[in-house]
Amino acid sequence: MMGEKATIRDVFIEGIYRRMHEDKDIFFLCADFGSPKLDALREQFPDRFINVGIAEQNLINVATGLALEGYSVYAYAIAPFLTMRCYEQIRVNLALHAQLKEININLIGVGAGLSYDVSGPTHHCLEDISIMRSLPNIEVFSPSDWILAREFIDYSLQEKKPKYLRFDGKPVEQIYTDPSIISFKKGFTELHRGDRVCIISTGYMTHKALSIVKKFHSEQIPIGLIDAYMLKPFDEKAFYRLASKYSCLITLEEGFTGKAGLDGLVAKILVDQNSAIRLIRMGFDDKYVFDIGTREYLHKLQKLDEAEITSRIRVLLSES
Amino acid sequence: MPRASKELISQLIKRSAWIRKETLLIHKTAPETRIASSLSAVEIFVVLYYGGILRFFPRDPLNIKRDRFLISKGHGAISLYPILADLGFFDKQELQAVCKDGTFLGGIPDAVIPGFETINGSLGHGPGVACGIALALNRKGRSESVFVLMGDGELYEGSVWEAIMFAGEHKLDNITLILDNNQICMLDYCNKILNLSPIEEKFRTFKWDVTTIDGHNVEQVHHALATLKNERNGKPKVLIANTIKGKGVKSLETDALCHIKTLKPSEIDMIVGELE
Repeated sequence: MMGEKATIRDVFIEGIYRRMHEDKDIFFLCADFGSPKLDALREQFPDRFINVGIAEQNLINVATGLALEGYSVYAYAIAPFLTMRCYEQIRVNLALHAQLKEININLIGVGAGLSYDVSGPTHHCLEDISIMRSLPNIEVFSPSDWILAREFIDYSLQEKKPKYLRFDGKPVEQIYTDPSIISFKKGFTELHRGDRVCIISTGYMTHKALSIVKKFHSEQIPIGLIDAYMLKPFDEKAFYRLASKYSCLITLEEGFTGKAGLDGLVAKILVDQNSAIRLIRMGFDDKYVFDIGTREYLHKLQKLDEAEITSRIRVLLSES
Repeated sequence: MPRASKELISQLIKRSAWIRKETLLIHKTAPETRIASSLSAVEIFVVLYYGGILRFFPRDPLNIKRDRFLISKGHGAISLYPILADLGFFDKQELQAVCKDGTFLGGIPDAVIPGFETINGSLGHGPGVACGIALALNRKGRSESVFVLMGDGELYEGSVWEAIMFAGEHKLDNITLILDNNQICMLDYCNKILNLSPIEEKFRTFKWDVTTIDGHNVEQVHHALATLKNERNGKPKVLIANTIKGKGVKSLETDALCHIKTLKPSEIDMIVGELE
């Protein structure tokens, strides 16, 4: 049912738990981080579940050893700690190894963007897209809804590569009803067709973009919307074929802009194509967020609230 | 574990001298290599490969029945190159090309070289990866052993202690961690940087079995490794091999900065002459 709410990690973990019954080559590690759905897994598979403790570096290294011996490994922790506390372990043991050997390690990071709004900047995760995309041989998955995450379970087992899964921490509404429009090889899906302006968003921000685009459509103003969920690899040619019909693209992400985030991904494609399409990057400025408040309050401070984005789009429409 | 025969010990001593010489000759053509670190581990490598400790398959290096040997102190493993070549992991001719254009034998070995399991060069990774491998072997009911060679300077890395804590708690008794305790980092003696002693007590506290030996005495190295490999008593093992950084080269043995020291070709010729 469209609009049904669920927590991405719970849907994904429940799916892995089901697979563990038949697939004896799955190992699940966590760095002292839970989920209601993890309890059954922990209880049922004490031989293939280990909590390594609050030790992200060892989480990655133990996962590496298991994967080198043929296990498909899921390593689960809070996103900023999973990506940044142990970045060098990820670089050396995942990115470098994966160029020489087949290792299937799925890093499940929970708390993308400002999921953990009131916990402050240590728990915010605004760098992960950019730093993980910088590493060769690692795929980056940034789902907007739980259907994408559910569909990713098979892919995560079949593609024997290191992957970073950046999951939102809060329950999210279902966006996709027809899984056949999802393509992890392509990396994105066009959710709405527009004529001049198109938003490209990822993760949580796709929900906000969807709401904005729907309002414009109700005013007979067709704004395009592309949900980018595989930020690496990304089918650049297919994307450009779709994007080139617009005169203005807007990237919308809960991440720092001007680095290698979603905006960097789109900017690179436009530069490679020598394109004259205008690119507007919406996301976070180059500073940390110490303000306390709900996610929406923090978005408002950053001018990422619906009203502000909508009025910026109206200005763009008047200019284009 | 019965003691090794006198014949084997005498062979291992001769092999060690030969490997020391071969390592110096590699350093002569590839001065980028870390010679002092590589010399402290010579007897450890020789006993593992020629002393019947490690199970390996030169023509099929990734054979599932091999013992896994992780070299966490990758920079100090140049002395393993002549051993792997001699045993047929790759052509001996390659030894003359170390660090030259197009070779796979770099200043720090990686898994591109037949016989090397992992990515090396960044310190403190071996013990954690070894834990994962040991756990996998354990869960799959496999009997192969996991060996890790680590330098004492690596004990400064926090990731090492995460792994040491993990191995003890999970009773990974198929791991033998060999500590090449040469007591010198890049810039100074470890006891002048942050004194690591007592190393034994630290490991015991984390539920490891500890054995300490003279790492240049092949009889002691052999006896310890042969014993530890087969002891499955619910505890990981650490073999603290007290060694001398730059062993066999007097100008290195007495220099706190020997890690970054390069020997001149004329010095090498003289030392090699003495070894012969």
